[in-house]
Amino acid sequence: MLCQECKQKPATVHMTKIINNHKTELHLCEDCARQRESFINIPTFSVNDLIASFMDMGQAKPAFEKLSPSKCAVCGMDFNQFKNIGRLGCQECYKYFGDELGPILRKIQGSTQHTGKVPKRSGSALLTKKQIQKLKAELKKAVEIEAYEKAAELRDKIRELEQSQGYSGREQQ
Amino acid sequence: MSWINEKGPLRDVVISSRIRLARNLANYPFPPVMKPQHAAEIAENIRNSVIGRRSSQGLSFMFIRDVPIVERQILVEKHLASQDLMQNYEVSALIMDKDEKITIMINEEDHIRMQCILPGFQLNQSWDILNSVDDMLESQVEYAFHDELGYLTSCPTNVGTGMRSSVMMHLPALTLNQQMNAILQTISKIGLTARGIYGEGSEALGSIYQISNQITLGLSEEEIINNLTIACRQIIDKERMARKALWDANGIQFEDALWRAYGILLNARVLELKEFMALLSQVRLGVSLGLIPKLTLEDMDYLMTIGQPGGVTRKAGRMIDGNEIDIARANVIREVMEGILKTKDIS
Repeated sequence: MLCQECKQKPATVHMTKIINNHKTELHLCEDCARQRESFINIPTFSVNDLIASFMDMGQAKPAFEKLSPSKCAVCGMDFNQFKNIGRLGCQECYKYFGDELGPILRKIQGSTQHTGKVPKRSGSALLTKKQIQKLKAELKKAVEIEAYEKAAELRDKIRELEQSQGYSGREQQ
Repeated sequence: MSWINEKGPLRDVVISSRIRLARNLANYPFPPVMKPQHAAEIAENIRNSVIGRRSSQGLSFMFIRDVPIVERQILVEKHLASQDLMQNYEVSALIMDKDEKITIMINEEDHIRMQCILPGFQLNQSWDILNSVDDMLESQVEYAFHDELGYLTSCPTNVGTGMRSSVMMHLPALTLNQQMNAILQTISKIGLTARGIYGEGSEALGSIYQISNQITLGLSEEEIINNLTIACRQIIDKERMARKALWDANGIQFEDALWRAYGILLNARVLELKEFMALLSQVRLGVSLGLIPKLTLEDMDYLMTIGQPGGVTRKAGRMIDGNEIDIARANVIREVMEGILKTKDIS
């Protein structure tokens, strides 16, 4: 459908106005729609609005149907508050709003996995922790398939890592 | 002495390169909900962690509430601090080095927003410097960090690396050729975004654009910088070609237009901000092509900062507004330009 006003560009803005049971329909292109600010009000665009609408999309049901919104037990911020200001209250909000934030992060960031810098202080410990987790999973598998030689090897490696972490932790103090 | 007066690579197109990191301290509420006593503790904590160390010579700490209003505005105009920091003036603070390259904003939207700004195209150098500032701070305080999500920030648009890297570019020829829209659309497809000189929603005064990364999670800092570098190199090449093409196609008419802008800048008695930026843009274009040899690119970028409302007000020595500012701007610019030309005649 072409714009009713300029009859040149495709109509992308469709409006219905009802006054005293009298219905008016308008089909306009964006440029012509913009010039009719009395008829419509194209709202300004903000990050907060964007986040808020992503949140509603992420829900199976619209967020307002939820009986009680998730609430952060540490700073007390509830999810509706976050929707309004677009800012989280504390680091623990990421945990308490985890279910709702996941889909939002995937939409605005395209990912939920940090791959950049890791703070050295908690970082080397974190890296070791991750490695230990991985080795433990391998150990479990090795035991399941009764590869005991491999399992013993893995067990020694894990022990070594756990010890080194203890030492380096003390050195950093 | 500000970095503005230093030379930098590809300065004909790139005014400055800036990297910013958002960090929060563990175990404190984020600034949007924290109490004043939290803010005071955090400011004190960071002050003690940074100031007085041997490696931090030349750094100074200030509470924003102690900074005069005009000076606050100048800090924003020079991109050393944000408007949000000034709005939180009751609790916010700033650490800055004497070259104005490194700044650490305290209690802005996050507890810590540190940045490094360098002249010209120097994203990698800027990251190296900021990375070591971050390491230094991190050895003193514990950051809010999550195994999977990375550095936690009060707005989820910054989580992960917490990094915003941006390049301020002067693109008069691409603007004149109306190629900017196409470029902006293209870069948005690879997670980059462009804004006017003074941030979100500001128009591209003087054909100056800030190109920056949008995505902060899922890419490493080096990847973010690399993507931005590749896109900027392309834009720099296109702008240079467009400048040359404009000159080739219009010859003396082109030269005439730029020299006229120079003449107005040097002689005007009333200069409104928008006109000032447009004239400055034309003269900068002339300087970049070697057409106007009396001025350098560094001179042009210095003129730009002192011609902003805060810079003009400071020079006037009292609060002024409206028409008064436009008259004061014309006077300041004329005076400084004459000063620059005089020193060059002598040497």
